[in-house]
Amino acid sequence: MTLPQASSFAPNVDHLFDTLLALCTLVVVGVFTVMIVFCVKYRRGTSAERTPARSHLGVELTWTLVPFVLFMGIFGWSVHLWIRLRTPPKDAQPIYVVAKQWMWKVQHPGGQREIDQLHVPVGQPIRLVMTSQDVIHSFYVPAFRVKQDVLPDRYTELWFTATQAGTYHLFCAEFCGTDHSRMRGEVVVMAPADYARWLQAHAGIGLAAQGAALFRRLGCSGCHDPQSGVHAPSLENLYGSTVPLSDGSQVLADERYLHDSILLPKKQVAAGYAPIMPSFEGRLGEEDVLALVAYLKTRGTQTEKPE
Amino acid sequence: MNARLHTVPEQFDDPVQQREAATLGMWAFLATEILFFGVLFAGYTLCRVRFPDAFAAASRHTDMLLGTIETAVLLTSSCAVALSVREVQLGGRRLATALLALTAALGISFLVMHGFEYYAEYEEGLIPAIHYTQHGVYAHGIEIFYCLYYFITGFHSLHVTIGVVLLLVMAWRTWHRAYDADYHTPLELTALYWHLVDIVWIFVYPLIYLVGRAG
Amino acid sequence: MSTVELASPARSYLEEGYGLRSWLTTHDHKRIAVLYGIGITFFFFLGGLAAALIRWELVTPAGDLVSAETYNKAFTFHGVVMVWFFLIPSIPATLGNFLLPLMIGARDVAFPRLNLFSWYLYVVGGIFTLGCLLLGGVDTGWTFYTPFSTMFSNSHVLMAVVGVFIVGFSSIFTGLNFIVTVHTMRAPGMTWMRLPLFVWSMYAVALVMILATPVLAMTLSLIGLERLFGVGIFDPALGGDPVLFQHFFWFYSHPAVYIMILPAMGVVSELITHGARRRIFGYRFMVYAIIGIAVVGFLVWGHHMFVAGQSMYASIVFSILSFIIAVPSAIKVFNWTATLYKGDISFDAPMLYALGFVGLFMLGGLTGLFLAATALDVNLTDTYFVVAHFHYIMVGGAVMAYLGGIHYWWPKITGRLYSEAWARFAAILMFFGFNLTFFPQYILGWEGMPRRYHEYLPQFQVWNVLSSAGATILGVAYVLPLVYLAWSLRYGARAGANPWDATGLEWQTSSPPPPHNFEQVPVVHEGPYAYRR
Repeated sequence: MTLPQASSFAPNVDHLFDTLLALCTLVVVGVFTVMIVFCVKYRRGTSAERTPARSHLGVELTWTLVPFVLFMGIFGWSVHLWIRLRTPPKDAQPIYVVAKQWMWKVQHPGGQREIDQLHVPVGQPIRLVMTSQDVIHSFYVPAFRVKQDVLPDRYTELWFTATQAGTYHLFCAEFCGTDHSRMRGEVVVMAPADYARWLQAHAGIGLAAQGAALFRRLGCSGCHDPQSGVHAPSLENLYGSTVPLSDGSQVLADERYLHDSILLPKKQVAAGYAPIMPSFEGRLGEEDVLALVAYLKTRGTQTEKPE
Repeated sequence: MNARLHTVPEQFDDPVQQREAATLGMWAFLATEILFFGVLFAGYTLCRVRFPDAFAAASRHTDMLLGTIETAVLLTSSCAVALSVREVQLGGRRLATALLALTAALGISFLVMHGFEYYAEYEEGLIPAIHYTQHGVYAHGIEIFYCLYYFITGFHSLHVTIGVVLLLVMAWRTWHRAYDADYHTPLELTALYWHLVDIVWIFVYPLIYLVGRAG
Repeated sequence: MSTVELASPARSYLEEGYGLRSWLTTHDHKRIAVLYGIGITFFFFLGGLAAALIRWELVTPAGDLVSAETYNKAFTFHGVVMVWFFLIPSIPATLGNFLLPLMIGARDVAFPRLNLFSWYLYVVGGIFTLGCLLLGGVDTGWTFYTPFSTMFSNSHVLMAVVGVFIVGFSSIFTGLNFIVTVHTMRAPGMTWMRLPLFVWSMYAVALVMILATPVLAMTLSLIGLERLFGVGIFDPALGGDPVLFQHFFWFYSHPAVYIMILPAMGVVSELITHGARRRIFGYRFMVYAIIGIAVVGFLVWGHHMFVAGQSMYASIVFSILSFIIAVPSAIKVFNWTATLYKGDISFDAPMLYALGFVGLFMLGGLTGLFLAATALDVNLTDTYFVVAHFHYIMVGGAVMAYLGGIHYWWPKITGRLYSEAWARFAAILMFFGFNLTFFPQYILGWEGMPRRYHEYLPQFQVWNVLSSAGATILGVAYVLPLVYLAWSLRYGARAGANPWDATGLEWQTSSPPPPHNFEQVPVVHEGPYAYRR
């Protein structure tokens, strides 16, 4: 196999794959051998003994239950790995990805922007927060053995820890229109020191700072400022907190909640507030929303340090 | 046409087999119908989970009085068609025809009432893509509600229309003595179909009209 | 079974009338089967041409033969045609229509007029699809994923959707007919546990058809509305949910896979018992496996969406159900193998097709396990691994079985014998061509080549060239039966009532059968496949 193992998952996934492959090969070889032996031994005209077979409930049950048990074993192993694949660690570094026909736009928290490239350091868990500006795309890095569909108007997440410096292919794996096959890019994995240098060389205005500028420009503080006369929820310590909603339920204020509260403010209204916030749908691109979200996360977050 | 002269198609051995086949065929067809509506109800449920308040608000725009009358009309018509089948089984003809005509008339009045509802909604600007003037907090969710509303009630009204045509044909044929106590399978199947149309409405009514009116 | 051997029957169904009108207004299930056969063959080769275009384009990494747009339309057309106009009607509408009444000892299906009507629906649906192609085609992929299909594609989505919508009803009515026929029209003595496995598979398929297809019809209508009026429940820009579309779509389209493969399993059970001249090993288990697959098949649709944004826990549930549905498939493979044990095996062409089916189906089924395992699926989904997997099932499986069945029952359908040597050659060529086409795609998938790619990285070229070479061989192998079977219609030797010396009611009437199948309704005294005392 020429496919590199460049993430912490890759060896585990390959291990499972190889085991299953070996098991399947065993079954294929076994069944084919038996079939060929029967076909030769009992071909028409041979003098093989052909007395009718007897009852065979035991045999049937055996080859029903044995595969079942084996399948459950594989299932258990796979689920164990799957849960890990889907549970980003707390210290994972977020990077934001916006997909559009037909390119990948990446924004680092420090304001570095890239197109069709993603630079990450070795050994640091990375959590990609992804959304699409148009149709469904899929972020696929074969060398990391990870893939996640990227949906419009919703954040999906993908995490990995790169283990080997190098440049790896990035594909769009969900058919997205004419130039789907050109929606490719590369993931550059660098040693931490190189990565730090790269970050510095490409530093722009931090994402949160961009968000703060937008926050002022859009006049958000006109309502959300504590001194404001309008009765609007405070945004301090919002990210990561649990917000009671007007319909009595509760919601964790994650990135998706912040995103939806900006674009679809009526969807989940905080308890005790009138649903008076105007929607910013159509007025803000997904990248702007990401900047705002990054800014809101710096306003006294409970799980992450301000960046 | 006379019921006693009814010939069994070549593929069947006898009238009993034909009747069995026709009835089973109808039931299988009703199963697919349930799936047709089932998808729409599933879509409705998921959208309602996404926009509970908008759906409640949208539901308050519907005409509950008309909706309730429509429900009563359909239930009555189902009863009428059941009675007409019984009448034919007992050998009656005049009353059976009258009951079938009544069922069809009730079906038509259902459609007319629905027409009034659609017109009122047009006036109010509640028809997405054609005349939609809702603004404000829940405009988005209401639009989705009304999309589903027109799809579900439109599809149901299509069924009512087909049912009315079938009922009129059955009334005509009953009057002309096509059915008697021994042979009345088509009538029975039409009644079965009409009951399905009714049952679907029993689900539509609370989902569309009653959602926003609890408490 | 009854042993009424009919020496010289009155007139066969083919001699009932010769004009076009006599065919287009027929109510005879056998003639309708032949009509379907013609339509299906036409669409098979049309879809095959699209596949040829795809493979030719992929010989080189650069997109130099056709434009990206044409390529996207080619694979969409290939998918739409092959799924809805070939695979789904293939075995049920031709072999099923022809054989189901014969096998259960009925004079026709329960609703012959409805049967003809469903053929006309098939034709009208086909005309829409061809119309869509002539207008310029559609580029969404056969899956019509939103919001691409509703808001972004500039191609003729609506036309394609209408075609598929109509053909869906054809499938529903066929299913309805089969269910009622099996329930109410069995010959005296033909109990449920004496039904040939082919009939069981048709019954199971009919259930899936009537219960799954309505979901597709409604989903496509919603897509149509969304495109026409810009309102709907799938588009995120309107507050809708594109993943909901995927749920609805796969709720139909996964069971649809079983619409394709269950009939193939039924056919192969007939072919293997005949080829080995033995009773099927474990008849009851085979029946339970068919029903089990049909039922659990409704509960696994979510395994298409492990990376689509579905919740982690939903994926776990769909994963375990997908492993469970692999068990009955495994049972079937083991039982077919065991049927060979102590057999008296001859390697006629139908048997070669059947053995080829078992091999290819096993490879396709086992690779399904990789895709059912969530952690592996993350890497493999939407790559060529998936493409190879489902082609092994649908082409290696369903098409091999369809062709095997066509050969086996050809004498019954046409009253002629085909050239055995050519048929064996074609079967073997097909097996090799198929493996050469699709096995490299497993490797491509594992190495990370995404599907639906017009251009690809140079490192993938070797396997692509091999695959295209295999496709050429496969193409030739598919044309061969068309030629020698057509040839046999005129020059083939006349077939007797039972040229294979096979059991089953269909062999107890003349070849080709008379219009109402049996001069006298047979009475059944024992189970199927009574090959040896």
